[in-house]
Amino acid sequence: MPFPFAIRDETDARLLLAEGDWRLDRAPALDAALSGFVAGHDAAKGDVRLCLAGIEALDTAGAWLVLRTRRRLERAGIEVDVEGVRPEHRALFGAIERVWPEPLADAGRPHPLLRLLDAVGGAALKGAGGLLDLLAFLGSVVKTALRLLAHPKRLRPAAFVHHLEETGVKALPIVGLLSFLIGVVLAYQSSSQLKQFGAEVFTIDLLGISVFRELGVLLTAIIVAGRSGSAFTAQIGAMQVGEEVDAMRVIGLDPLEVLVLPRVLALVVALPLLGFFAGVMALTGGAVVATLSLGIPMAQFLRQLQGAVGLGVFLAGLVKAPVFAFLIALVGCRNGLNVEGSAESVGRLTTSAVVVSIFLVIVADALFSILFQAFGL
Amino acid sequence: MSGTLVEVRGLVTRFGPKTIHDGLDLDVREGEVLAVIGGSGTGKSVLLRLMLGLMRPAWGSVRVFGADPAVDRRATQGRIGVLFQDGALFSSLTVAENVQVPLKEGFDLSPDLLDELAALKLALVGLPPDAGAKLPSELSGGMRKRAGLARALALDPELVFLDEPTAGLDPIGASAFDRLIRGLQQSLGLAVVMITHDVDSILGIADRVAAIVDRRIVAGTADELRQHPHPWLKDYFGGPRGRDAATAHGAVHARGEAPAARARIWG
Repeated sequence: MPFPFAIRDETDARLLLAEGDWRLDRAPALDAALSGFVAGHDAAKGDVRLCLAGIEALDTAGAWLVLRTRRRLERAGIEVDVEGVRPEHRALFGAIERVWPEPLADAGRPHPLLRLLDAVGGAALKGAGGLLDLLAFLGSVVKTALRLLAHPKRLRPAAFVHHLEETGVKALPIVGLLSFLIGVVLAYQSSSQLKQFGAEVFTIDLLGISVFRELGVLLTAIIVAGRSGSAFTAQIGAMQVGEEVDAMRVIGLDPLEVLVLPRVLALVVALPLLGFFAGVMALTGGAVVATLSLGIPMAQFLRQLQGAVGLGVFLAGLVKAPVFAFLIALVGCRNGLNVEGSAESVGRLTTSAVVVSIFLVIVADALFSILFQAFGL
Repeated sequence: MSGTLVEVRGLVTRFGPKTIHDGLDLDVREGEVLAVIGGSGTGKSVLLRLMLGLMRPAWGSVRVFGADPAVDRRATQGRIGVLFQDGALFSSLTVAENVQVPLKEGFDLSPDLLDELAALKLALVGLPPDAGAKLPSELSGGMRKRAGLARALALDPELVFLDEPTAGLDPIGASAFDRLIRGLQQSLGLAVVMITHDVDSILGIADRVAAIVDRRIVAGTADELRQHPHPWLKDYFGGPRGRDAATAHGAVHARGEAPAARARIWG
């Protein structure tokens, strides 16, 4: 294919003879060649005549390049004549000239250091804003809960039970299996260390205390955050995208009352039960290892366990569960209600719900540890 | 100007026991605006999906630019553009980036030229320059349609399919969109196939109308179809909306109507 244009110097002007296909697939070459031509031309070399009669096929990209070249030359103070436009191409040139686009916004990009500062500041502000937002949401949820205490009839038992089943009963298999396996792993690892001191029997103490005080509830909370916290955001978020939440508000239903509170309450009830179940399953895993591999009989296992795990240890673990549940449900529901516009925002906020709720759960766990230490529990 | 771009012959489409199309024929000619009409559930959108190669017919043949679109995607690549009902813009990209998606695919354009071409397409569909940097979720429905049209036109296709282009727009926005389609069709030399319910669009900009009645196509100019004896077509053009639209478009032949009905419009 010949080069798309030729340049001929005449006495009074330079002639640019366009030929062949001026279409998108040749646009990169044309773009470069025309830019070179414009850069290499100045008023001293005379006027320019664009002769377009040789163009066989033209699309918007080609027409744009012709008009852009003319515009650039004219801006440099050079007279440009366009001639020989084929009749079938006139409409296209006309259409582009009529709408002559302004360049896309954001042409000037700031200095990289400024961009970095901007990003850091923006992230900090966003974090602080998110925290404030969460506090405000916490306030309105508590307010709604208190109002419902005054009118208990407006509680929604059906929704509550439904979410109890979704977040509690249906989580039993996964929580049970994972806890059982953690129990097995813990028993193996701790017994192999304690064996060096001949204190294998204390494996049971270690297992019982760590599972009931820390691991059972914490693990369950993390699983539930991934399973139910994300589901809350996705469910409420999808309703938000479909304007169902707005419809609810207009009908006179409070989304906090209808959507959020049943979920929060259900999770606050479900998580302690799940945490207890997780503890039992982890102990079962440990017991299996103890019986089969360490040669500790079941009766001795139970006796040792009873001595190790007092009510205090048990309660110190269990008291954390409702707090974790509240945090998970709060973040999940808040993110769901924050969804706006598109399905993409549902995905983003669902991810963020999981990350933020796990983060908050671990922070709360650390705070509990400090608190218990201070009270000597 | 008489080439045939799309040729549908003896098309049969079935969903389970239900037959949607039964021996349907349709031609789309170069440079024409063809409106496809039909009642709900008559398979207009299915016909569109068949022509786009997103579905295969149970029987019969669909040829777009001489190739079967479901098998040979390359024959139609870059030569057809589609505006889906709500724009189908990629939600994670800005409007300008959406328009650039087809341009980036297979063409080694410089970033500047990419930006200029995106700005040009957005200007051609009548979007303001600041719309390019916005996300689709920040646009109104009408602007999303325009942005979708800009993306459909990115590669200068010869044939553009529009799925209910004026649905969800207010009457002023709808007639502006009609004018836009007509203007682009003339300046870019497009063939346009539009699925529509909008009688105003049909009378305003369609060169030909293809109605799906009794699982087949009845095609002709709007005037011809208005005089067609089929009861659905009579209802369609003779109903209150059809008559209002006809009045507005200056059509004087109000045929096949009871005198009482005519009196109601004219008096």
